[in-house]
Amino acid sequence: MSYNFAYLDEQTKRMIRRAILKGVAIPGYQVPFASREMPMPYGWGTGGVQVSAACLTPDDVFKVIDQGADDTTNAVSIRRFFEKTAGVAVTEKTAEATVIQTRHRIPETPLCADQILVYQVPIPEPLRFLEPRETETRKMHGLEEYGLMHVKLYEDIARHGEIATAYAYPVKVEDRYVMDPSPIPKFDNPKLESPALQLFGAGREQRIYALPPFTKVASLDFEDYPFDPSKAAHPCALCGAEDSYLDEVIVDDAGGRMFVCSDTDYCASRRDTGEAA
Amino acid sequence: MTPLLQVRNIEKRYGARIGCADVSFDLYPGEVLGIVGESGSGKSTLLNCLAGHLAPDQGEVIFDTRADGPRDVRQMPEAERRMLSRTDWAFVHQNPRDGLRMRVSAGGNVGERLMAVGARHYGDIRQTAGDWLTKVEIDTARMDDRPSAFSGGMQQRLQIARNLVTGPRLVFMDEPTGGLDVSVQARLLDLLRGLVRRMGLSAIIVTHDLAVVRLLADRLMVMKSGHVVETGLTDQVLDDPQHAYTQLLVSSVLQV
Repeated sequence: MSYNFAYLDEQTKRMIRRAILKGVAIPGYQVPFASREMPMPYGWGTGGVQVSAACLTPDDVFKVIDQGADDTTNAVSIRRFFEKTAGVAVTEKTAEATVIQTRHRIPETPLCADQILVYQVPIPEPLRFLEPRETETRKMHGLEEYGLMHVKLYEDIARHGEIATAYAYPVKVEDRYVMDPSPIPKFDNPKLESPALQLFGAGREQRIYALPPFTKVASLDFEDYPFDPSKAAHPCALCGAEDSYLDEVIVDDAGGRMFVCSDTDYCASRRDTGEAA
Repeated sequence: MTPLLQVRNIEKRYGARIGCADVSFDLYPGEVLGIVGESGSGKSTLLNCLAGHLAPDQGEVIFDTRADGPRDVRQMPEAERRMLSRTDWAFVHQNPRDGLRMRVSAGGNVGERLMAVGARHYGDIRQTAGDWLTKVEIDTARMDDRPSAFSGGMQQRLQIARNLVTGPRLVFMDEPTGGLDVSVQARLLDLLRGLVRRMGLSAIIVTHDLAVVRLLADRLMVMKSGHVVETGLTDQVLDDPQHAYTQLLVSSVLQV
């Protein structure tokens, strides 16, 4: 059985590229697109896969991460999907990849100008849980009425003493659109200002949005409660890194636990080059 | 003196039926206008047309804006109209559930309007919200409780605080005391009267309760079947009703 290059037919890829171009032209704006059925369930990255398919060329080197890891089910199956349907080279090395599809993380290794980072987005609308009506949220974006977003942060501080939102932390793009950066930890928010092109695809919700290189991205906060990109206060137990985002891993049933880098490629390359403590 | 609000020939039809028709009046700064009438007489339709919740079929609603003087609200761009409705205007719903965010704490409810006009200092927002809760006689210890944990009277007072926090000049009220028992009603009316007088607010109050307008309103409009049948000073209309319907309305009040 043979497929068109990267599974989708050329007309569909054109349609998606038009949406991407519009998204790049209006950073942070959610562009509707005619999302296709993909051979995987919703929630597994159908939006990201469609954006990747529209971006890939035969010369690209493709990398997929899920929560920072290259070897989890979701990452492995999407990587294999494009190996099979596009025949592109794949890699686990962030620096070698030209297109990186990600779920819930930004790689620790700084990205550069010739890379594209594709996010899988479950719910693209940052105002959704505050205002359930789509007609109303679109109007709020159109008229730049974002007071409600701060009500959520206010509630966090009133209840927990600090802004307790730890992932999908809302950002304002180029002082205009409030955007959901997909469920990345807020630790990754400062990395959203990047030389790489960042594309966001939500398959079920049929939206694409984008951050062109070097776009200004500000995390929302209060003057007296500034944004804090926090992480677990430990070094990585495997490579000793102090500056990377950590996963807490339970190692036995007696309360034993360890903190390790969530970015497996970053951790492994540090251990290979002997930087581990 | 320029009227704060000039209403000219407002008409709203629901198909062939009349919601309200031929309504014109002026509202001056600091004045409280009561609109009374039976259920289905077009009071709420009129109020919603004025407040911009419904689009009237014809007529003009001219508001004396702070920046540019009198302007027809219907001709304004939507962004300006919505800005107006969260700064200079306020709308108190009959059912506090329509006017409050039930899943957001009392403090957040009051703070929402402040944040909507650009307040970004948590401490200041909380301070102002606390002040307003005190003004409407809600214990500041209840500040982080959700409105769903409040009694009906408290919810209504919270809604009033949430609306008045940005210092509006015009307040629309749709049956503000409906659904409350009489002693709670009396306290709420007392509070409202104090706030309206102290802040020099203009208000339009829709109600079917004549006692409410007797206490709060300077002027009265009586509506029947979508038309205004009688207007005048409150005492004048209530003590010496001229139109047959007003006479019926006044004589229907039960005397205890």
